[in-house]
Amino acid sequence: MLAYSLNRLLSLSLSLVAASIVIFLLLEVVPGDPAAFMLGLNAAPDTVAALREQMGLDAPLIQRYLGWALGLLHGDFGISYTYKVPVSELIADRVMVSLPLAIFALGLSTLIAFPVGIIAASRRNSATDVSIMGVTQLGVAIPNFWFAMLLVLAFSITLRWFSAGGFPGWDAGLFEGLKALTLPAIALALPQASILARVMRSSLLDTLSEDYIRTARAKGLTRQQALWRHALRNALIPVLTIIGLQFSFLLAGAIIIENVFFLPGLGRLVFQGITQRDLIVVKSVVMLLVFAVISVTFIVDMAYALADPRLRRQSR
Amino acid sequence: MSDVNAIAPRPDSLLRAALQSRSLTLGTAITLVFVLAALISFVWTPYDVTQLDIAGKLKGLSATHWLGTDHFGRDIFSMIMVGARTSIAVAVVAVGIGVALGMPLGLWAAAKRGTLMDEVIMRGNDLVFAFPALLIAILITAVFGPGAINAIVAIGIFNIPVFARLARGAALSLWTRDFVMAARVSGKGAVRISAEHILPNITNLLIVQGTIQFSLGILAEAALSYIGLGAQPPLPSWGRMLADAQTMISFAPHMALVPGLAIVLTVLGLNLMGDGLRDLFDPKLRRART
Repeated sequence: MLAYSLNRLLSLSLSLVAASIVIFLLLEVVPGDPAAFMLGLNAAPDTVAALREQMGLDAPLIQRYLGWALGLLHGDFGISYTYKVPVSELIADRVMVSLPLAIFALGLSTLIAFPVGIIAASRRNSATDVSIMGVTQLGVAIPNFWFAMLLVLAFSITLRWFSAGGFPGWDAGLFEGLKALTLPAIALALPQASILARVMRSSLLDTLSEDYIRTARAKGLTRQQALWRHALRNALIPVLTIIGLQFSFLLAGAIIIENVFFLPGLGRLVFQGITQRDLIVVKSVVMLLVFAVISVTFIVDMAYALADPRLRRQSR
Repeated sequence: MSDVNAIAPRPDSLLRAALQSRSLTLGTAITLVFVLAALISFVWTPYDVTQLDIAGKLKGLSATHWLGTDHFGRDIFSMIMVGARTSIAVAVVAVGIGVALGMPLGLWAAAKRGTLMDEVIMRGNDLVFAFPALLIAILITAVFGPGAINAIVAIGIFNIPVFARLARGAALSLWTRDFVMAARVSGKGAVRISAEHILPNITNLLIVQGTIQFSLGILAEAALSYIGLGAQPPLPSWGRMLADAQTMISFAPHMALVPGLAIVLTVLGLNLMGDGLRDLFDPKLRRART
């Protein structure tokens, strides 16, 4: 297990280094000089040059990369060109919206998908199963930002239960904060719940056809008992992988949904960073998101290895 | 997991099975409607999509404008037809990029399995996978600017590892088969074996995955256009239509409902088609279902 963990950890670190190089180089080729952009069209050339020097833009490529990457390790993400505050402060503020939103959505999606998937699998080919599969098929096909607009139309404009967007901040109280995140979380959770329910169902059906389930049935357990006592736990392994993967979809999906609801989250920060050419913000937030995705994959891998000893031995 | 070992059924029985599959016929029918709408839009649309008619703006569904008009008085039905063109073109080319680059990479990795080359290709794939698709798209549009072409590239890049992994996984199991061994004994090289023996046996899998990526591509294009990073005006696109509709949803909900339904139907059609094809190509699964 130790060798496997070290192997995975090494691969995690290499992925992070590679990702940081890709992100850095990609944003290096962005046309336009950040210094000139900050100072506006009428800036004198020597002022721009002075700012370039101050921002460290004159240094060689490798030195700038190392400066940025080592800074990241110390939690120093640089200074935003447009907000003129440390990027880490901006991120810290925005994470307080994006992370609760992602967790809220993931929680909702899991809460919906588990029972739905289990019901569909336990009543395979029944009318219930067919309708559940039909609804989830539809859920996968609905773009979440469109669903978000429909939610706003129904619950904000018509029923006036929720506000159509914005975030009051956690200072306004936990209830108000969660209320503002409810519609966005539902919009994010719908396609995820549909996918998860389908995975849950097919994973359970796969497990139910295993020999040990037949054995359990032969020793006198009903189909339901066999499902709850033996199949469910084994069926959860692929489901957990999908939940891990969905976390990254939720983070990225939030970029769109935060824009629909005008939520001050990481997604909106990246988006604004792009439109305002605030590349240091874009670079650091993207790196943070990729770090989150790679770390979640790592955690899922480790959980997998803990659950299934065979994986540790056959690691590539 | 699909069974690549299955022997392909005879064409006539395949066609019969295809016609019997409800999801395949329904999915193909829906998809064909949108493909036809896109094709017809090249020669005919009820109205010119660039023609503004401010006096007739925000009209609901009627006999003259079947799906109503938008905030500039443009005919929504015509815009949906032309928008289908954008969506389908972006998704098709993006899948093409994924197949054209990912499939050979996967086959190559499988042929060189266990070597450094295999490792490099697969780690490269993992790296691309670590960037959520939308993030790749956003980075690319940040660098090269928004537009339909950059949206295609962004979605295409995300498709590469999908097809590389699929091709490698399926090819790996084929490399252990007797007929591949026979080909090796007869002196064929890795490239010829991959092209002549491996590829024909994984085509079904690639087609099924292609339909799925196609539908994901349509969703991704809509999302990118919606946040303003995809197709730019005056090119009509379903995502852009939704973005325009957002501020008017309280008094002109049809502007949001129509393009949204177009996306849902197209994606649904493609997904049903993908499911149907998978069942069709995978007799083991088909038998298990009946």
